[in-house]
Amino acid sequence: MYVLTENFSLYWQGFLGTVQLTVYASLLALVLGFVMASFRVAPVGSFRVFGTVWVTVLRNTPLTLLFFAVLLGLPRFGLVLPFQVFAVLALGCYTSAFICEALRSGINTVPKGQGEASRSLGMTFTQTLGSVVLPQAFRSVIPPIGSTLIALAKNSAIAGAFSVTELLGTYKTLSELGYNIIWTFVWIAVGYLIITLSISALFNVLEKRWGITR
Amino acid sequence: MTAHALHGDLESTALYDLPGPRTRRRHFLYGIASTVVILGLLAWLLYLLFDTEQFTAAKWSPFTYKGIQELLLRGLGNTLKAFLYASVFSLVLGTVLAAGRLSVHRPVHWAATLCVEFFRAMPVLVMIFFIFIALKVQPLPALVAGLTLYNGSVLAEVFRTGINSVDRGQREAAYALGMRKTQVMTFVLAPQAVRAMLPTIISQLVVALKDTSLGYLITYEEFLHAGKLIASNLDYDLPFIPVVMIISPIYIGMCMLLSWFAGWVARFERSSPKTEAVDVAEAGPGTVLPGEPR
Repeated sequence: MYVLTENFSLYWQGFLGTVQLTVYASLLALVLGFVMASFRVAPVGSFRVFGTVWVTVLRNTPLTLLFFAVLLGLPRFGLVLPFQVFAVLALGCYTSAFICEALRSGINTVPKGQGEASRSLGMTFTQTLGSVVLPQAFRSVIPPIGSTLIALAKNSAIAGAFSVTELLGTYKTLSELGYNIIWTFVWIAVGYLIITLSISALFNVLEKRWGITR
Repeated sequence: MTAHALHGDLESTALYDLPGPRTRRRHFLYGIASTVVILGLLAWLLYLLFDTEQFTAAKWSPFTYKGIQELLLRGLGNTLKAFLYASVFSLVLGTVLAAGRLSVHRPVHWAATLCVEFFRAMPVLVMIFFIFIALKVQPLPALVAGLTLYNGSVLAEVFRTGINSVDRGQREAAYALGMRKTQVMTFVLAPQAVRAMLPTIISQLVVALKDTSLGYLITYEEFLHAGKLIASNLDYDLPFIPVVMIISPIYIGMCMLLSWFAGWVARFERSSPKTEAVDVAEAGPGTVLPGEPR
């Protein structure tokens, strides 16, 4: 019971580590996912192939294998970075595949009459995309993106097992200090619940504000 | 019309019209340029691999030994074993929890809801670690139990969505025929729901298969663990990259096969006359956003 109050700074550091991992990896995943989604709907064949391969491979890769390959493999090519950066890289790339699929199916829900109408009004490609297609696609991608980012926050726990500072990793220090292991895990669970439930609350607000009832 | 007839598979989307001859020529040039860039990247990667001496005989020789091959196969077998146990148990748990969530008895409903929401919000690794370290369970049961709790909870939501997506008239007709609540569920709603949700269920099993690799983190002797053993062998000059190059295609291939099967089932069920009263779901894992409408 007293594990939390006596080791608050340790927990807090772990909590912050998880939040940091989640935020940075989310940003990377959103950017990469957007790029890959635009590749997948591009009129140029080779872009489409690249996007499809990226998504298919990463969606079917076990995240542990990806962590294993990135954290232990990249240093062999002379690329030495802090483990946290590697973890963000692995998590971000992995999640980008799911973000890409969410965005792509969002774009596909926009009826093509919308685009045809905007083009017949003389709008350019950028205008069509920016003021007709994406705003409508955005509305329908809120729930799937929220659920992907929650999955990302939960997946960040794997980084802890590869000695990146984050919430799950704190159990090691605490059990070495001889604290009750069950209570240690209870507080770790509470920490993850706080993170996942707040992402979920955020996306429920977004959904209420901008989502559409289909 | 003629434009469609001319280039069969091309179709205008919301994003752009069918390209004309000049645009098509431009796209062709872009295509060549981007292919060159992508091939260049691949060549650079290959150069890096050669440059860091990943293709030396010493690093690849271990794979010719029978013992090493057996080690890898045993690891693969253990991975499949964990996957098999986890999927069977999570299907059972999912059914039980879904039945609980659909129950009209308040306490049962609340207990099942709490269980489902908690385990869906918790990282599966935290559960596995908790069972492995705090409850001091052997690696295989710990892995299977963790995967079961998580995937069972997600599957419960999938089943529930399936049951609720069956056309209302089906339920009403069944009640009108004088069927009981359990009969309506088992003979009318559940069979159609399972058909509708089969693609999602299989996709969730892909998640379970991928997550068996978490066993590596609790020293379960699965595929990745076997790879790590070989990779850290000094006798073979630490063949880490070769191991990754052998292991990942097998892992990714298995998952792709199962994902492809989910997609095939989705197409099959959509054309089946037995799914007329339900919408067959897209192949894709269940969601984890609590309180999601639908």
